[in-house]
Amino acid sequence: MPDLLIELFSEEIPARMQRRAAEDLKKLVTNGLVEAGLTYAAAGAFSTPRRLTLTLEGMLAESPAVTEERKGPKADAPEKAIEGFLRGAGLTRDQLEERDTPKGKILFAQIHKPGRPAAEIVAEVLEQTIRTFPWPKSMRWGAGALKWVRPLHAILCLISSEEGADIVPLDIDGITSGNTTFGHRFLAPEAITVTGFEDYAAKLKRAFVVLNPEERAETILNDATNMAFAAGLEVVEDAGLLAEVAGLVEWPVALMGTIADDFLELPPEVLQTSMREHQKFFSVRNPKSGRIEKFITVANRTTADDGATILAGNEKVLSARLADAKFFWENDLRTATSAEGMATWVANLANVTFHNKLGTQAELIERMAILARELAPMVEADADEAEQAAKLAKADLSSEMVYEFPELQGLMGSYYAKSAGHSDAVAAAAKEHYAPLGPSDDVPTAPVSVAVALAEKIDKLTGFWAIDEKPTGSKDPFALRRAALGVIRILVENGIQVAILTPFWRSLSQYPESMLESALEDQADRDEAIADYLGMDVNDVFDRRIKKEDAAETLTVRASLADQKLSELLDAGPRALIGTNLLTFLHDRLKTYLKDQGIRHDIIDACIAMDGNDDLTLLVKRARALSETLATDDGENLIQGFKRANNILTQAEEADGVEYSYGADVKYAETDEERALFKALDEAEAKITPAMEQQDFTTAMTAMATLRSPIDAFFDAVQVNSDNQTVRRNRLNLLSRIRGICTSVADLTRIEG
Amino acid sequence: MSHPTSTPRSFQAIILALQTYWAEQGCAVLQPYDMEVGAGTFHPATTLRSLGTQPWAAAYVQPSRRPTDGRYGENPNRLQHYYQYQVLIKPSPPNLQDLYLGSLQAIGIDMELHDIRFVEDDWESPTLGAWGLGWEVWCDGMEVSQFTYFQQVGGHDCVPVSGELTYGLERLAMYVLGVDHVMDMPFNDPDAPIPLTYGDIFKQTEEEYARWNFDTANTDVLLRQFEEAESHCKAILDQPHEDPKTGKRIVMAHPAYDQCIKASHMFNLLDARGVISVTERQAYIGRVRALAKMCADAFVQTRAGGFTEDAA
Repeated sequence: MPDLLIELFSEEIPARMQRRAAEDLKKLVTNGLVEAGLTYAAAGAFSTPRRLTLTLEGMLAESPAVTEERKGPKADAPEKAIEGFLRGAGLTRDQLEERDTPKGKILFAQIHKPGRPAAEIVAEVLEQTIRTFPWPKSMRWGAGALKWVRPLHAILCLISSEEGADIVPLDIDGITSGNTTFGHRFLAPEAITVTGFEDYAAKLKRAFVVLNPEERAETILNDATNMAFAAGLEVVEDAGLLAEVAGLVEWPVALMGTIADDFLELPPEVLQTSMREHQKFFSVRNPKSGRIEKFITVANRTTADDGATILAGNEKVLSARLADAKFFWENDLRTATSAEGMATWVANLANVTFHNKLGTQAELIERMAILARELAPMVEADADEAEQAAKLAKADLSSEMVYEFPELQGLMGSYYAKSAGHSDAVAAAAKEHYAPLGPSDDVPTAPVSVAVALAEKIDKLTGFWAIDEKPTGSKDPFALRRAALGVIRILVENGIQVAILTPFWRSLSQYPESMLESALEDQADRDEAIADYLGMDVNDVFDRRIKKEDAAETLTVRASLADQKLSELLDAGPRALIGTNLLTFLHDRLKTYLKDQGIRHDIIDACIAMDGNDDLTLLVKRARALSETLATDDGENLIQGFKRANNILTQAEEADGVEYSYGADVKYAETDEERALFKALDEAEAKITPAMEQQDFTTAMTAMATLRSPIDAFFDAVQVNSDNQTVRRNRLNLLSRIRGICTSVADLTRIEG
Repeated sequence: MSHPTSTPRSFQAIILALQTYWAEQGCAVLQPYDMEVGAGTFHPATTLRSLGTQPWAAAYVQPSRRPTDGRYGENPNRLQHYYQYQVLIKPSPPNLQDLYLGSLQAIGIDMELHDIRFVEDDWESPTLGAWGLGWEVWCDGMEVSQFTYFQQVGGHDCVPVSGELTYGLERLAMYVLGVDHVMDMPFNDPDAPIPLTYGDIFKQTEEEYARWNFDTANTDVLLRQFEEAESHCKAILDQPHEDPKTGKRIVMAHPAYDQCIKASHMFNLLDARGVISVTERQAYIGRVRALAKMCADAFVQTRAGGFTEDAA
């Protein structure tokens, strides 16, 4: 069976787009071919800076013939309708078949589609692919209208088999397909004629082009590692840089160069960042001292002088770059250690806008400092130290080094704080307060860093909530989801128990009341915020609000907990409501976080429904214990026992229109089973109460699980609905006691199944 | 095509080599625009001529000013006044990359010994409402040129597309000549009877302008001039297309664009004086961009911009 080779040869494709583009080429072409009936055995996609290549093995020589049945109009349909159908099917009336169906006689057409030669299909699919290619950014060039990532110069498209290789004829806006490509831009620029993939790859290699990006990356890594090893050094690993550099060269040649002595005292991160960002150099480290002493650059060619000129040039450029970095470093150190110190930088931040509605960076720092001080006792940090750390944490944004290398923010602040004589904890907070940046990034653990990191994130969240700039759908321009996950992870992973609404409210109180009011100006938004928080339908909240406003309905009956909450929220001011809304957002993030750890959403909902749900660490403890218990027999017993008791109780409560929550008394018990249940409850409670105090939810639930058999025995022997009302009420109150105990860890009514 | 094989020995020799080379390639070798601009792109030979359908090929040196880059002549490669070499060809020819590489050879860069790379760099000028895709060209890890296919200028799609090459002349020349500090670079031939370095010519002016740009320029005057240029630009474009005196259709795109350039430079000076806050910055850039767009709109109403009476 024939093979297919496609190469799209262009001017230099951005490194970051190459791999994705090769995959897209494969996907689009193969999808198109398969859709047209042209299957294949294997496919491979490759990219270099100047080409995207696709090879298919074992492709059909032509698509199989197919017969397709098409249903037409009724046999007695108007002539026009039948004519139309015939035109569409390309048949005549006598070729149609009449078939009896429940709807009457209907016309059917058998349409025979003959197979088509592969070349025809390939040409169509490739043209379509090129014209609709999903480049992240594409452009026009010259006088043409075709779009590609950079000017497209040549299309190689070849179907080869044992009989030989045929060009698939194709002309896209004047670019005609052929069987030629070109070698390395400088080392072998001549045209190369090829007969198939193997021939192509081999000839390219002779023409100084390594087609496979993996192979180029491997060569670079091996050569770099060996070169460093020979000098008693090691390459600092950087997978991202390796992939990028492999996309910048067709013929990689690694060269190791020297960093002038003047620069070796710069912080290693500065050296590394400067070399990576500006020059795409790998850093080479002395394993003994940890210092970065050399660099490796990857050229795109060999030269007669073995790269001496290239290396000398690169060293020179690096020296100029590092001279800048050193200049910044020394200036910054001078500022940091001056009499005024880093405060000079903080003062400058009064001119830098954080967000036009949320003020300057200096104002942000001021808010963070107040909040960090407030948070300090909750996270066992020293309040003065936390406040000072918050004040300095962002000072480096004014430093020259961070202006040049924004990615070094925090880290530079840490160096400068240390040089200015601040405590290690304060210096560490500068570096760590941005963390965690991603789901796998470490969270800060040092108390002062924790206080500042929380303050930074809480201020960000409350601020954007206060100006009603919440994330929507896929849009989250201020990375608020990341901030929320950061708060969750810092608290949960450090086991810090804080009622997070308190700092939220404290943080929100730093914004003018008028700003908060306008954030939730619309009554519908307020209702929605309440509905989200309570997990209610927004219409129910609306109804309840209207009733409440009418004041016709006064709360005479004892309201349920949810009802009380709803009532409170309907009266709540904007600060409380925004805080609650933010808590809902955190709960949503928490669900994602826990789902990734295999905890079901109904388990999390059951725990969120409990009081004190703004202590996220406690919430997670509940959820983990419940999740673990539910996986055991105890869990099954707990749920079944609870459900049985709760179902009967709920039915009775609905019928009677009251809530049974008064204490049951054993003196009204009539049967042994009833008395046994009283005893079991007393015994269980004796274990549950201390366990709950210890937040040992697993032990508590194990004790609850022991109730199942006395509950079952009770129901088997006892009819709850006794004619004696006193006895009946007592039994229902007994069930209520079971419900109370069983829902002390989580609201089990929310557990599915 | 023949290229000088001898390596140039001075800054001007490199400029002359580029001039000769691009003249040989058929470009009209223009002279610098006679106004203060931030980059060669601002020359109407690029900004305006990249619009419309008329073919175009021009090359020129453009003295450029970036007040914030002044370092009193002390930084080895930062200057508030420097030279760019600019080439603009419309439509971009298919062999533009090869033509460009030929120009490097013409100034003495040996293609057999150096590592030339085209590294992604998309160009955008918020003040001109312009963008394009292309690369920065690296020679042994140093950026020596910007290479851009213009997609949009002044808010107009570029049809056909112009290819633009911009060389930072000082940096490129320092590299070719092996000089470490710009002020040490020979400007004319080092063996000339009166050899002059770049520093002999520009060290003093860098000091003078740095002091003026950063500390002395009268911001009230600059601000007023910005406003004046802005309203002047609009007033020029508000004139009817038909000149009442000659009765001819004369759309004054270029005089209006001069005012746009002036406003842009005033903004740069104000920026260097540190009187523009971060939020204001965006607003100023937006105002200059609005002018650039109006000028582009006007230019496409001129003959050079592709306007014909038939089409009207």
